[in-house]
Amino acid sequence: MQIEFELNGATVGTSVEARTSLADCLRDNLGKTGTHLGCEHGVCGACTVLVNGEAVRACLMLAVQANGDKVVTVEGLSSDNLSPLQASFRKHHALQCGFCTPGFITTAHALLTAEPDADEERIRDVLSGNLCRCTGYVPIIEAVLDARKFYAVQKEKA
Amino acid sequence: MKPSAFEYASPATLEEAVSLLHAGNGNAKIISGGQSLMPMMAFRLAVPEFLVDLKHIPDLNIIRIADDGVHLGARVRWCDIAGDARLLTAHPLLAEAVTHVAHYQIRNRGTVGGSLAHADPSAEMPGVALTCDALLTIIGSSGTRIEKASAFFTGPLQTTLEADEILTELHLPAWPAARRWAFKEFARRKGDFAMAGVALFYDLDGNGRAENAHIGAIGVSDCPIRLGAAEAALNGNVVDDNTIAAVAAAARAEIDPPSDIHAPAAYRRALVGTLLARGLTQSAG
Repeated sequence: MQIEFELNGATVGTSVEARTSLADCLRDNLGKTGTHLGCEHGVCGACTVLVNGEAVRACLMLAVQANGDKVVTVEGLSSDNLSPLQASFRKHHALQCGFCTPGFITTAHALLTAEPDADEERIRDVLSGNLCRCTGYVPIIEAVLDARKFYAVQKEKA
Repeated sequence: MKPSAFEYASPATLEEAVSLLHAGNGNAKIISGGQSLMPMMAFRLAVPEFLVDLKHIPDLNIIRIADDGVHLGARVRWCDIAGDARLLTAHPLLAEAVTHVAHYQIRNRGTVGGSLAHADPSAEMPGVALTCDALLTIIGSSGTRIEKASAFFTGPLQTTLEADEILTELHLPAWPAARRWAFKEFARRKGDFAMAGVALFYDLDGNGRAENAHIGAIGVSDCPIRLGAAEAALNGNVVDDNTIAAVAAAARAEIDPPSDIHAPAAYRRALVGTLLARGLTQSAG
């Protein structure tokens, strides 16, 4: 089936089987391999992307269901330089093997964009849908907490 | 971990969706959020030949609060309920129960209609619908019917929905402001499926005694169940420590929970009593 949607700000078109997940479409058809696939059944959160601004699991959505939507992957969150959230992950050593990182970054980005004043409990609650097999959760929480100030400034500007 | 091949359509009207289901002759399924169906298809536990997406059907995503209660369209998502402050007073039991449903990303896609139609025995929404005497609007080739939640759930992942029918709305009857209530569940990790959970409400008569007791449990049977003996132990009594102990004992005695990898039957039995006691204590406070 022919589909068209906005990907990281640019309109893209591609042809997929109906059964193709949004995650596979992003990786295989559109080359956005920053979206990682861990469990492929909605448990690990590694494939989290933003659809119309909301964090969703790209393995639990068909590519055809994204037809006409606005999709943002981890590649769309920064240009040449790291985004403040990504820089905060580096500062706090919030990644080890890095496999889960795109899912944590996209999820935390969606959260802090909507709720820049999220407290630690709220952040832990939201990130409970993402698994890190290196078990580096503490620095991840610290990185997200530290990045809140950038999102607060952005929200004020908006 | 990849679904088998199927055809896909996203019709613009319910009538068109029903006729596509009808033409599917039992091999077509509805998809909306897909948060239960997609994992089922990834494991090939579900192998539909045709998927009918409700995405473009208007008005199914509306939360309507009226004198007769709360009406949730089938496409209303968990994040929609959590973001609607009116529900904190219009139906506090619903608002509380939904905070336990799944994780952040799933809550942005998962829907009321999907949870009810999927009918997982430990899911919150079927438990709330059953406990609250909810009515379900179902549209199919032979017309529209209203089903009581008490008749809708027939087994694990089984309901009375026919292959060409679509659940379009859940109606939760009006909620008096003074009503006492609680929702409690336990899962090892917040957002995971509950090992067991309880939903309860009752009203107080002029003498401060409980009446109209409704107590439901999830995760302890093939589908959500009402705890009739526990309700009888609550009705007509002041909600004090003695009553709470009697209600919890009645609940433990009347359920026959399963054993599985997550918890043995004896643990679930004890858990229901504990959750019920905590819920009743909170409701009386």
